[in-house]
Amino acid sequence: MNDMRQVERTVDTGQHKITAKNVQVHYGDTHAIKDVNVNIEDKTVTAFIGPSGCGKSTFLRCINRMNDTIDICRVTGDILIDGEDIYDKKVDPVQLRAKVGMVFQKPNPFPKSIYDNIAYGPRIHGLARNKAELDEIVEKSLRRGAIWDEVKDRLHAPGTGLSGGQQQRLCIARAVATEPEVLLMDEPCSALDPIATAQVEELIDELRRNYSVVIVTHSMQQAARVSQKTAFFHLGNLVEYGETGQIFTNPNDPRTESYITGRIG
Amino acid sequence: MTDTLSQTPDAPRKSASLHTQDARTKKRNAAEARFKFYGLTAIAIGLFFLVVLAVSIVRSGLPAFTQAVVNVEFTLTKEQFDDAESQLFKTKAYSGFFNAALVERLEASGIETEFDEKAVERILGKTGGTIREYFRENQGELGSPVAFSLATSSRVDGYLKGRVTRENMEDSRFLQRADLDLVDDLQAAGILKQAFNWNFITGADSGVDNPGGAGIGASVVGSFFMMLVVLFLSLPIGVAASIYLEEFAPQNRFTDLIEVNISNLAAVPSIVFGILGLAVFIQFMHLPQSAPLVGGLVLTLMTLPTIIISTRASLKAVPPSIRDAALGLGASKMQAVFHHVLPLAMPGILTGTIIGLAQALGETAPLLLIGMVGFVARGYPDGFVAGFTEPNSAMPAQIYTWAARADVGFYEKAWGGIIVLLLFLLTMNIIAIILRRRFERRW
Amino acid sequence: MPLAWLVIIVLAIATAGYVVGRSRALSAAGGNARGLHSLPVYYGANVALKIIVPAFGIMILWLLAQPWVIERSVATIIPDSAVAEGSNRGLVMAEVRRTASGIVNAVASGEMSRDVAEEQPGDLEEFTQRLKDAGQVVTSTLSAPVVAAAQRYNVLSATGALYMAGLVVLASLAGLVFGISESRPDFRARNVVEQGVRALLIGAASIAILTTLGIVLSLVFNTIEFFRLYPASHYFFSLEWAPSFSGRGGSSELGVLPLLWGTFYISIVALIVAVPIGLFAAIYLSEYASHRTRAFAKPLLEVLAGIPTIVYGLFALLTVGPLLVSVFGDGGLLGVDWQGGGRAVITAGGVMGIMLIPFVSSLSDDIINAVPQAMRDGSYGLGATKSETIRQVVLPAALPGIVGAVLLAASRAIGETMIVVLGAGAAARLSLNPFEAMTTVTAKIVSQLTGDSDFASPEALVAFALGMTLFILTLGLNVVALYIVRTYREQYD
Repeated sequence: MNDMRQVERTVDTGQHKITAKNVQVHYGDTHAIKDVNVNIEDKTVTAFIGPSGCGKSTFLRCINRMNDTIDICRVTGDILIDGEDIYDKKVDPVQLRAKVGMVFQKPNPFPKSIYDNIAYGPRIHGLARNKAELDEIVEKSLRRGAIWDEVKDRLHAPGTGLSGGQQQRLCIARAVATEPEVLLMDEPCSALDPIATAQVEELIDELRRNYSVVIVTHSMQQAARVSQKTAFFHLGNLVEYGETGQIFTNPNDPRTESYITGRIG
Repeated sequence: MTDTLSQTPDAPRKSASLHTQDARTKKRNAAEARFKFYGLTAIAIGLFFLVVLAVSIVRSGLPAFTQAVVNVEFTLTKEQFDDAESQLFKTKAYSGFFNAALVERLEASGIETEFDEKAVERILGKTGGTIREYFRENQGELGSPVAFSLATSSRVDGYLKGRVTRENMEDSRFLQRADLDLVDDLQAAGILKQAFNWNFITGADSGVDNPGGAGIGASVVGSFFMMLVVLFLSLPIGVAASIYLEEFAPQNRFTDLIEVNISNLAAVPSIVFGILGLAVFIQFMHLPQSAPLVGGLVLTLMTLPTIIISTRASLKAVPPSIRDAALGLGASKMQAVFHHVLPLAMPGILTGTIIGLAQALGETAPLLLIGMVGFVARGYPDGFVAGFTEPNSAMPAQIYTWAARADVGFYEKAWGGIIVLLLFLLTMNIIAIILRRRFERRW
Repeated sequence: MPLAWLVIIVLAIATAGYVVGRSRALSAAGGNARGLHSLPVYYGANVALKIIVPAFGIMILWLLAQPWVIERSVATIIPDSAVAEGSNRGLVMAEVRRTASGIVNAVASGEMSRDVAEEQPGDLEEFTQRLKDAGQVVTSTLSAPVVAAAQRYNVLSATGALYMAGLVVLASLAGLVFGISESRPDFRARNVVEQGVRALLIGAASIAILTTLGIVLSLVFNTIEFFRLYPASHYFFSLEWAPSFSGRGGSSELGVLPLLWGTFYISIVALIVAVPIGLFAAIYLSEYASHRTRAFAKPLLEVLAGIPTIVYGLFALLTVGPLLVSVFGDGGLLGVDWQGGGRAVITAGGVMGIMLIPFVSSLSDDIINAVPQAMRDGSYGLGATKSETIRQVVLPAALPGIVGAVLLAASRAIGETMIVVLGAGAAARLSLNPFEAMTTVTAKIVSQLTGDSDFASPEALVAFALGMTLFILTLGLNVVALYIVRTYREQYD
């Protein structure tokens, strides 16, 4: 683990963007998340690590209520964003998801042009008053997604025609276009080759300036490279949460240590 | 990456509280609700049509299963019998006895009415003949009371079922308005009742002017023989073809040709199969017109693609590990298929076959062209072989024939025929579902 | 029933061959099955196959060829004078066939002695009467040439049947001898039998090709015959459909255009009903409905697809037609006098639309479900509502598939017969009014072939040209639709 690039750790701004209290998730009879409490900070990259099936993706999907689309899934406990309970009856998941964007494991561009892919979110949320504004948003988002230079000459080509890494950056740009405050990333690099991964990781580090980023990853190296905070999940429990450097070098819990040294997972 | 780095970290847009819905979200949610409502409406319309269809079938068809009959019990003495037999107009004498008994019954119920013999004849047909026939054959019954149950004419039946009313009918030699008073009296006295019309279930088609006597029995037999042909041709041929395509066929032009043909035949309109039957089986091979054999052959060709497609699906559902296991023990490919794969796929094949048969049973258009409609099936076939080769009708063809006749009395029969046809289809589909439930295997 | 007997004889020989072949192979191996190349049953099956396949093959070929050959031979003995004015040789031959089978039946039932049946009748009227008494359907009075031809027909048929029986029995015996001589222990019986079975399987699979061939040939030959009698340019471009009735003479106008217009108009009405309802039903069932609603509503909707078309035809004729007249007709609910009778484009089209709802909905359901969940997640993740996701992501992605489904439904609508025969009317019309009766290609195929037109007249033969038109039309639609659907499926596989 010596090859880990230690990113600068200007953490602990003190602002808690997301607060989870006693969160429990049931899938039918399965108890997938057991009593998770966590505070996620603004303008920080937080990594969720842990073995497969430990519930890290499930928890991530609770933060923008993507689990609502699954019939048998039941969430209890409180998740607060900026102090507001997102599971409150008054909350419309549609508004919430505009505020909490999400990037998925496999790049999933819509079968539309690159331009329409990006413009989709702003259009449904009514962020642009006219075509010029929309053009501006599209360009800005593609620049933020670090893909502008590659696609600016073919904005009306289909998004599905891009390479895997480009598609994933397109999806990140698409998520950014709705001006979210939080970006959730569910193993965004697992379907990408190392070069594309490096590009996306670099992008994530950039995104930290504007957003609170939560990333689920399988790769401990990746967590160490991009995140400032790390949470280790095991069998539905949040085992340990803290500074990334501390988790990787000096874990408190023996389970964390076993995982990091490769004995479980 | 220079483009991102050059940007100033601008703050995200000012966040509004999640606990209040902005105007746009309200509008979007309204659109959402509307859209969902359209979907629900579409389902409701579909189900509504189903209900309307079911109600109109049942409402219009059930009367076909009942018929108004006049029940009169009377005693004929030996003397009366001898007297009647010695007269010149024998049946008229019997009618006289019957009418006397009728008057007696009416008076016993406290109803007094005036009627002449002609009216009774218009309502019940020639009663004397039936009675004479009965007593000539059962002379032992003379002197003891005998109950007669006589069917009313189709117009009277129509009056009781509301099809014929005093307003819309015209006096004719078949029925006059005045006769309806007598019908009402008979009904009030409990002499005229609705009874189950067994003749409709067991009988054969009547002529074009006698809707009352028409029955669906003969055409059920015709359909049965047709289905026998379809079953015994399409099941073996369909299974053999599927086995070849699924298990043995090499990837080549010929196989592709067969596949393309099957998928296209499945979508060819049924009337085209009728043309094929007419041109090939009747014009070229001179097989008998209107025969269930020809109908069965045409329906076989029509059903084959359906059966092949479902059989292939069930063969495909048998996992390759079963084949590998058999081949690994030294069985030949043919043995592996016939000993292991086919038995495992059998429930699925049978289910598909039954559904294919049900489809064939309800098919009408091809039967029109091979002459099953012009033919009036007046009786049952004489024997098993004759059942295939003698002209007969089939259920859907019979229904069409009735629907196309001018006398509205036949409409009721057509709806009744549909109930019988749908009961058969329902039974077949339920059997298929049970088969699937019971033997369904999940690998 | 001599044919049944022949079949039984062949089967009996085959059974005997099976037993003999099996035991011969066993005894040649000294009673030890291990000494044989294959299991003993295969030796038996080999013999049985060698008996059955050639015997039945000869039988089927003979039965197909015999009527044709006899017909040719008999037709030559009918003098031209026997063909009446306004009739033709085909009709006379039909008469001959009827008489021939009448004589056979009369003899079989004992109503006519064999001698009378075979001798030239002295009194034709008496002969005819005897046939009628025997319950046979013959025309008023048979003419001498017809009776002579019928008798000749019977003689030839009897001889032919005899020859066939002899040949079939001979072939099966030859098969028996050959099969038994093969039953030696080192004979690879299993391989031979399996090859035979394989050939039978290929034969069964080829029936699909033969069926298509049969359809195409019967359509093509009769269509060519039709165009020989009637100018093709009139058929394709005439705006009028007015067949003259047989026997009355006069020329017919047989233009296909009014029929095609009726067909398309009714199909379009059907699609206007079926596509929105079916599509929205599919969307609701696949995206919104709870598990229980789906399990309840989907099978119920599919019941609509399992109902025979004759039921829909009756429904159109007796329920929907009168209902529409009571709304749009003279003195109806709306007070407009648009619809004259129950049979109309809107009646047939509407009922056909109901029939197509489950067809469209189940096809669309499959297609919508084939759109990957990741696509929906991507849209939900951006804060789109369900309907926005469906309208802007799922439906565009599924569009090719849905277009294919609609084309398949259109092909169904064009080929549908019973509903239009009962619900659309009989008059061919080029009109835009949906409340008028119009007719379609399928309805006219039925009426031209079930009427009393002579088969050789253009009025009857036009049905084959119509059938050809219909076949090409639906085939084209199906090929395009299947191609679209298939490419669509591959996209997401």
